[in-house]
Amino acid sequence: MHVPDGFLDAPTSVGTGVVAAVAVGVALRGARRELDDRTAPLAGLVAAFVFATQMLNFPVASGTSGHLLGGALAAVLVGPFTALLCMATVFLVQCLLFADGGVTALGTNILLMGVITVVVGWAVFKALQAVLPKRLSVVAPAAGIAALVSVPVAALGFVLLYAIGGTADLSLGHLATAMVGVHVLIGIGEGVITALAVGSIVAVRPDLVYGARPVLEKRELVVRTSDRAAA
Amino acid sequence: MRRPSTKVLVAAGLLVALFLAGLVSRLADGDPDGLTKVSEDHGFADQGTTHDGLLGDYGSLTGVIGVLVVLGVAGGIALVVRRRDREDENS
Repeated sequence: MHVPDGFLDAPTSVGTGVVAAVAVGVALRGARRELDDRTAPLAGLVAAFVFATQMLNFPVASGTSGHLLGGALAAVLVGPFTALLCMATVFLVQCLLFADGGVTALGTNILLMGVITVVVGWAVFKALQAVLPKRLSVVAPAAGIAALVSVPVAALGFVLLYAIGGTADLSLGHLATAMVGVHVLIGIGEGVITALAVGSIVAVRPDLVYGARPVLEKRELVVRTSDRAAA
Repeated sequence: MRRPSTKVLVAAGLLVALFLAGLVSRLADGDPDGLTKVSEDHGFADQGTTHDGLLGDYGSLTGVIGVLVVLGVAGGIALVVRRRDREDENS
């Protein structure tokens, strides 16, 4: 969903640039609460993994492909603030080194594929966590559903921006239908990849998964008490 | 069950990322992505302009370089932003 230069007019691109810059600023402050010596190395890995996975376009419909966006995945693994820093890094490198996404559209791409997927993905994940049983086995499927939802919402975000400052005159209803339709399909791929990736880390080191902490904290209390009793 | 250390996990994850970017990317679908396809179908694809990326196109080598650059930049930011280990700091 990388937006090239020229799809949106200059004022809109400046606007999204400002919003993206503010969001990254907020994330820089917020990430401090999520990152410590133990989890900091994971942030680099998550960004590298998202970058690599975004190279892997999978077919979704006739003549159309899609790839992981990764905001929900990153948010569940390292926390939402750190996730946005990871995503912004990915889009910056893609834009500068690979011309993937326009230069004036960098803010737009950070906003659509970073801010929206992280915020929506994290919100849906937390909502699911609140209503589902507090078990480790629920973390990966909840992350997958959150990821699925985040993709069509990002597509709707593009339609909204296009309504504000699109450079061509076209039916927004048709644009919305087409964008959401294809991105629901891409979202299914996003959900599967996210559930698999989160599930594999939950399986070996659940303590490193930010979104699994509320579940683990309950468990660890029990373990420590019994350790102390045994000693 | 013995759990892998964070170092081992990060190293293994990095190998997976390098494998995906360097080799699996060759199998990636070449069709236009969702937005590109929609822009073609709705006649605004030609509004888009391109620029030259410093590394050119995605390929096995440039993909691997990209992974390492992203790892370095994001990892560096995380190391600077993180709170240093102090006892019993929660929230």
